[in-house]
Amino acid sequence: MVKLTQRLGGLVLRFAAFCAALGAVIAMITSRERSSFFVLSLVAKYSDLAAFKYFVIANAIVSVYSFLVLFLPKESLLWKFVVVLDLMVTMLLTSSLSAAVAVAQVGKRGNANAGWLPICGQVPRFCDQITGALIAGLVALVLYVFLLIFSIHHVVDPFLLRK
Amino acid sequence: MAGGKIVVAGGTTKSWKVLLGLRIFAFMATLAAAIVMSLNKETKTLVVATIGTLPIKATITAKFQHTPAFVFFVIANVMVSFHNLLMIALQIFIPKLEQKGLHLLSIAILDMLNATLVSAAANAAVFVAEVGKNGNKHAKWNKVCDRFATYCDHGAGAIIAAFAGVILMLLVSAVSISRLLFNSNKFSSTAPSATATDVP
Repeated sequence: MVKLTQRLGGLVLRFAAFCAALGAVIAMITSRERSSFFVLSLVAKYSDLAAFKYFVIANAIVSVYSFLVLFLPKESLLWKFVVVLDLMVTMLLTSSLSAAVAVAQVGKRGNANAGWLPICGQVPRFCDQITGALIAGLVALVLYVFLLIFSIHHVVDPFLLRK
Repeated sequence: MAGGKIVVAGGTTKSWKVLLGLRIFAFMATLAAAIVMSLNKETKTLVVATIGTLPIKATITAKFQHTPAFVFFVIANVMVSFHNLLMIALQIFIPKLEQKGLHLLSIAILDMLNATLVSAAANAAVFVAEVGKNGNKHAKWNKVCDRFATYCDHGAGAIIAAFAGVILMLLVSAVSISRLLFNSNKFSSTAPSATATDVP
């Protein structure tokens, strides 16, 4: 009975991580805003910045991966492989999230020393949607850290902890 | 029980040596990245105007503290190198403690968390540095590297060292997880294992 709830909990976590990663991808892809600033018109898309492109690609990979692992049977030998893959996917998630947050922070506050002006004042809806995508990415990351510990628990015998 | 006979004398097995070597390299790589980035500073004097025949100079400095991503980079690399130092000391001076299962599990989890931390720091720094090197036409952000070439070069060196640290920390995590799995297989099997123990 305990094993069933554990397995169910793992499935729920992974499905939630899949939804979060997919939400991050969709939120960032659909963020596109055109603003006219006197005679200039500025179109802000996510593909202008390399960090956002990396964020979209990484979260797309993560959502596909978690969708596939959802269907892995319980007694399969691939679970040991899933532990290492979970670690690599978590590293991918943290790296993409921190890169996107670093660049978005420059876009929001600017960098006075380098002469970079913030762009969020001109395209507020774009900035809000990017913020939402980053929050979804953060949720996916937290869920994946739990899933990492969970996958180890799935592979390592519980007797190990009681020696 | 056959699982109770664990070799406790010294720590000269293969996985122990491999793990120690990897940790030493990871410690050196992350420490080098932290030190090089924290000493990254360049000052330039430019002439901004000329009043008559008297040039007016302005001094601009490029420091790593100007960019929050680089500050995070330095702090994260210091934390990961400190973690590696602690693990090296633990491995050399107290090899016998690693027989208990919870010890191995906590080492594996800590290694994984630090691997993700250094990966996050290196990636944040590299993307902000890419904006500084190439600029961004859409956001009208000018490039910085054409004026501060030494600053950019030192930063690039620190980021390369951090990426070497990322790969090494990934290998360290993999070896820690495999030690944990091997130890758990040894304890969970009821038949006495004929092969020599490998963990310590």
